[in-house]
Amino acid sequence: MWDYLKLVILGVIAVLAAIAANYARDVAYLVNALTVMAAAAITFVVVLRGMDEDKSIDTSEYMDGVVRAGVIATAFWGVVGFAAGTFIAFQLAFPALNFEWAQGYANFGRLRPLHTSAVIFAFGGNALLASSFYVVQRTSAARLWGGNLAWFVFWGFQLVIVLAATGYLLGATQGKEYAEPEWYVDWWLTIVWVAYLAVFLGTIIKRKEPHIYVANWFYLSFIVTVAMLHLVNNLSIPVSIFGSKSVQVFAGVQDAMTQWWYGHNAVGFFLTAGFLGMMYYFVPKQAERPVYSYKLSIIHFWALIFLYIWAGPHHLHYTALPDWASTLGMVFSIMLWMPSWGGMINGLMTLSGAWDKLRTDPVIRMMVISVGFYGMSTFEGPMMSIKAVNSLSHYTDWTIGHVHSGALGWNGMITFGALYFLVPKLWNKERLYSLSMVSWHFWLATIGIVLYASAMWVTGIMEGLMWREVDAQGFLVNSFADTVAAKFPMYVVRGLGGVLFLAGAVIMCINLWKTVTSVEGKSPAAVPAPAE
Amino acid sequence: MDLYSILREFADSWMLLFLTLFFVGVFVWVMRPGSTRQYKDTADIPFRHENKPAADDDTVARYEEVRS
Repeated sequence: MWDYLKLVILGVIAVLAAIAANYARDVAYLVNALTVMAAAAITFVVVLRGMDEDKSIDTSEYMDGVVRAGVIATAFWGVVGFAAGTFIAFQLAFPALNFEWAQGYANFGRLRPLHTSAVIFAFGGNALLASSFYVVQRTSAARLWGGNLAWFVFWGFQLVIVLAATGYLLGATQGKEYAEPEWYVDWWLTIVWVAYLAVFLGTIIKRKEPHIYVANWFYLSFIVTVAMLHLVNNLSIPVSIFGSKSVQVFAGVQDAMTQWWYGHNAVGFFLTAGFLGMMYYFVPKQAERPVYSYKLSIIHFWALIFLYIWAGPHHLHYTALPDWASTLGMVFSIMLWMPSWGGMINGLMTLSGAWDKLRTDPVIRMMVISVGFYGMSTFEGPMMSIKAVNSLSHYTDWTIGHVHSGALGWNGMITFGALYFLVPKLWNKERLYSLSMVSWHFWLATIGIVLYASAMWVTGIMEGLMWREVDAQGFLVNSFADTVAAKFPMYVVRGLGGVLFLAGAVIMCINLWKTVTSVEGKSPAAVPAPAE
Repeated sequence: MDLYSILREFADSWMLLFLTLFFVGVFVWVMRPGSTRQYKDTADIPFRHENKPAADDDTVARYEEVRS
């Protein structure tokens, strides 16, 4: 019965999408409508072909199929996003790479949101989906709630990514950083996100462990807060239901403040809280010892979520934003340093008594350096939020360097560590294909980040100083074009750093692929007896 | 008074007090007597049920074990 209903719904969606495509007022909307139509049609066929299959669920097993799909998607989108980032880095160094024949589609302005969304939402988002589904099952000792709802979340999220990416190239954007997708993609993401919350919360509610493990607290705060941020920052009215353009409800400085309340908490809850959930599960698992201090982890959690939500105004120093608001943002950003370092210490000290593993296990080395980068970027961030420092650093490439030491170092490395942990487990393999390839990945990625971050420090501080340099008469010494010319060598170094990081990710994909295809399966005897 | 001013006054006084007390309360609650022993058990959660969900009768036993 339910299957018939699904077929009806999918059929209606496909027809409506076809009508929408017919009346489309712009190319981005047309392509997105056709994509939705194709997605509905494919899903229709899949549901139709599975009509007579046995749908009973084996609750004595974990639901790992969707986690495996998430792992593959993470690796795939990671390489896509890193490649896009490396390419646009070279576009900045060599403007000729903004090809004349692709003008308006593949120039820097169009590809830049493609890169940021691909790495944050496609790579990071899939890593969070996959790892949260894995961790919540293991720490609740229960199968995912909601049957195939988890698959809906996975494929629904991939559709969001494809709609957003094609939309960017064709010019559909709200112009809000990290919230570029237009109104209909926002609506679809809302539906997917509610389903995600239902699956995650449903699994926690039916857990067999009395306590909710701290990793799940972080994941849950990430899901709930991102829902709230997404809804408030995307309050907009479509110009036409057959067009991609919409108009924001907020205007002026209110809109700017809402955007950066969203933007900074996307960093705080998507890229920090969610990934801390990964840290609190995968670091203890790989180190084979419980987290250093569970008390500290609870304080870490509450302090982080209490303080992060106020830090957004530091993106708007010296603007039309009232002074008290930007001071508030600065003060909370500085206070945020403490819980961040508390969490870093908790992660690193989990290895106390097992430091020798750093020498023998490149996977744990990857996780440790990621926690190290977390500590470094959560020191750099509060420092840059101080108004005096910000007056130099704002609008310069120092900001971009800071973001990347956090994103490549912390989010990237902890995700790579989690993937190296997950793949042998999920495909039931004895071990990884090659540990020396993990070491290669580790060093390529680390050197890549160091090149990237140091190039951006140098060029950022340089251009900040050049912009404010005045001569004895009080005239500005440098034109903007002078700073662009002076930045060339650092731009090339940054691009090379990206090449190294991308090469490491490709090596990881080969390694994971070979792990699945050519490592012998785990012998059944190795399965441990159930606890107590 | 308009709605903004009412909310603003509330946020600046009682809500601020409530949030501050809640925040301080977390520290006190975490340090409560007996928490160390309980958290030791909680911190071990990732090392149980690696391959299979718990059976139903395990749950009752686990709850009693934690309570005792």
